[in-house]
Amino acid sequence: MDFRAIFRVALKALARNKMRTILTMLGIIIGVGAVICTVAIGEGASNQVQEQIASLGDNMVMVFAGSVNSHGVHMGSQATKTLTPGDAQAIAQIPFVKYVSPGTGAGEQIVYQDQNWFSGVQGQGPAYFKIREWPVIEGSPFTQHDVQSASNVCVLGQTVVDNLFADGENPIGKIINIHGLPFRVVGVLAPKGQAPWGQDEDDTIIVPYTTVMKKLAGVSWLHSIQASATSARTVVPAEEQIEALLRQRHHLRPDEDDDFIIRSTLDIANAQAQSGRVLTLLLASVASVSLLVGGIGIMNIMLVSVTERTREIGVRMAVGATESDVQNQFLSEAVVLSLLGGTMGILAGVFGSMLVADMLHWPTLIPPIAIAIAVVFSAAVGVFFGYYPARKAARLDPIEALRYE
Amino acid sequence: MPENVLQSEAELESQSSGVITGVMPGATPVIQIENLHKTYDLGEIQVHALRGISLSIYQGEFVAIMGASGSGKSTLMNLIGCLDRPTRGNYFLDGQDVSKLSKVDLAHIRNRKIGFVFQGFNLLSRTSALENVELPMIYCGIPHAERSRRAHEALLSVGLEGREGHHPAQLSGGQQQRVAIARSLVNNPSLVVADEPTGNLDSRTSVEIMEIFQRLNNERNMTILLVTHEPDIARYAKRVVVFRDGKLRKDSLVEDRLDAARVLVDLPIVDDDDDDEKEA
Repeated sequence: MDFRAIFRVALKALARNKMRTILTMLGIIIGVGAVICTVAIGEGASNQVQEQIASLGDNMVMVFAGSVNSHGVHMGSQATKTLTPGDAQAIAQIPFVKYVSPGTGAGEQIVYQDQNWFSGVQGQGPAYFKIREWPVIEGSPFTQHDVQSASNVCVLGQTVVDNLFADGENPIGKIINIHGLPFRVVGVLAPKGQAPWGQDEDDTIIVPYTTVMKKLAGVSWLHSIQASATSARTVVPAEEQIEALLRQRHHLRPDEDDDFIIRSTLDIANAQAQSGRVLTLLLASVASVSLLVGGIGIMNIMLVSVTERTREIGVRMAVGATESDVQNQFLSEAVVLSLLGGTMGILAGVFGSMLVADMLHWPTLIPPIAIAIAVVFSAAVGVFFGYYPARKAARLDPIEALRYE
Repeated sequence: MPENVLQSEAELESQSSGVITGVMPGATPVIQIENLHKTYDLGEIQVHALRGISLSIYQGEFVAIMGASGSGKSTLMNLIGCLDRPTRGNYFLDGQDVSKLSKVDLAHIRNRKIGFVFQGFNLLSRTSALENVELPMIYCGIPHAERSRRAHEALLSVGLEGREGHHPAQLSGGQQQRVAIARSLVNNPSLVVADEPTGNLDSRTSVEIMEIFQRLNNERNMTILLVTHEPDIARYAKRVVVFRDGKLRKDSLVEDRLDAARVLVDLPIVDDDDDDEKEA
């Protein structure tokens, strides 16, 4: 008996008892649908986090000034004064590093005509916009020349623009007041939205770091250094080399802790992905319990079916069906049952996740591999739970089976 | 109508029990059974269903097997039909020793060499007559078109043309049995084994079924083995074998054979429309 004939016989047998077939499939439909749905919800959420992290910047490695612990008194983070523009220049020499921007900052009151706004003023280098992949949509970023001359120029985030300027007013070329000093607006940043930790990234003013150091804060050290690795694969080596370089430059003994904190977007992404994966796995395993219940339903119905069709099995054996013919027939019925259920379950899962996305505004994403796994898994459920009933059918004695009432 | 040609088993037993073949000697028998034993082990007791049976049946014979229940005739039918294996002894089907074959080989033998007709018809319900007849051919890999052609042919030969699409529930008992006969013929078996084929049928329909068997026997030289406990039905066969207590007690030619076609002419047609009524 070829496979197509077996398949056709199985379909015909299932079609004879439509109500029972549908009810049996329902277990698999709900099981597969639930797994697809939970995976879609989990993947959607983790995908969103990944996107947010990717939006932080281009293979970013961040160095922050460390906390000071002098005589047991904790001074808070970014309190050390050892991170300098010289460190930034040294980091720029590392082959795996593409861009470097020294960073410093202060919270300042900003005034434009009769409007005012309190915002963080960041001192950065011109490479910052490339590192953060943050385009200037109006005007242009400041230049290396502005850094060297510590010019009073600034680039505004969208939130600052919205709060200082009236609708439709072009901020480019306008003079605003920061810390009592006039600054010329040279550019406006594209809106970036929330950072993964919830902060409004657009509420910022970026000026050359030299301007902050000399004119606003009057310091000679940096709060942070942002850098870009040359590729995703060089993020880790770049991180390691930066750490080694800074330890050397800061004359730290091997038994001393770092006086800086180093992080890459990769670290953040990994931590997020890890927790997301655990959640998805947990949800999917709960959902797959219903798949198991569906499989038991198939086994139950197949056992009933074998008993009901004992005479049919006897007839088939009498006219020449071998044990394996009978076994294949019942096994294929179970597999067709679970595969059909699985296919409908996938549709139900896709539909369900669309519903979740639409009604709960929760982003969902169905990875193609999940669909492939669902198909393979539901077929496996059919084979696993169909095997015993099929074996039972094949083991029947044709004489007894023919006599069965 | 002549009566009581085979009055009773007692009378049969009084006759000679020599081996009767009526067929040319020297030919290979379709069935050759030598000292066949079948013992059922029921744990505490052993049931000796067959206690040494020897029997030869040749091509073109029409043999009725008779005996009370428990006589061993059903056991013998199961062995001849390759549904079971003997405890001891040899069984040659078409010259091939089938008494020691594996289950798979027995299934192939049943498929190609034996056609079964049962008392309860044993058709697959909710399956058309045509598909029922096609069933044995599915298990020997005959392509779909060829299956359909041969099934149509077989249904035609039992007078069921035009009923190919009917399900068993839409057919009368006689028609169902004719579908079963068609099914037994499609693989051109060496042997048709009919187990009480008229047991569930009224007398006229029974004669109609016997007419088909006689016709197959005469026209196609088909070897037919008929199990029955009705002496009247046994008279349509050419030879009668009687069993009792697991042994062959009597083996004789039917002297006063009935011709089903002629009997039908004399039988009153009670419910001519019976078939059509059932169908409606």
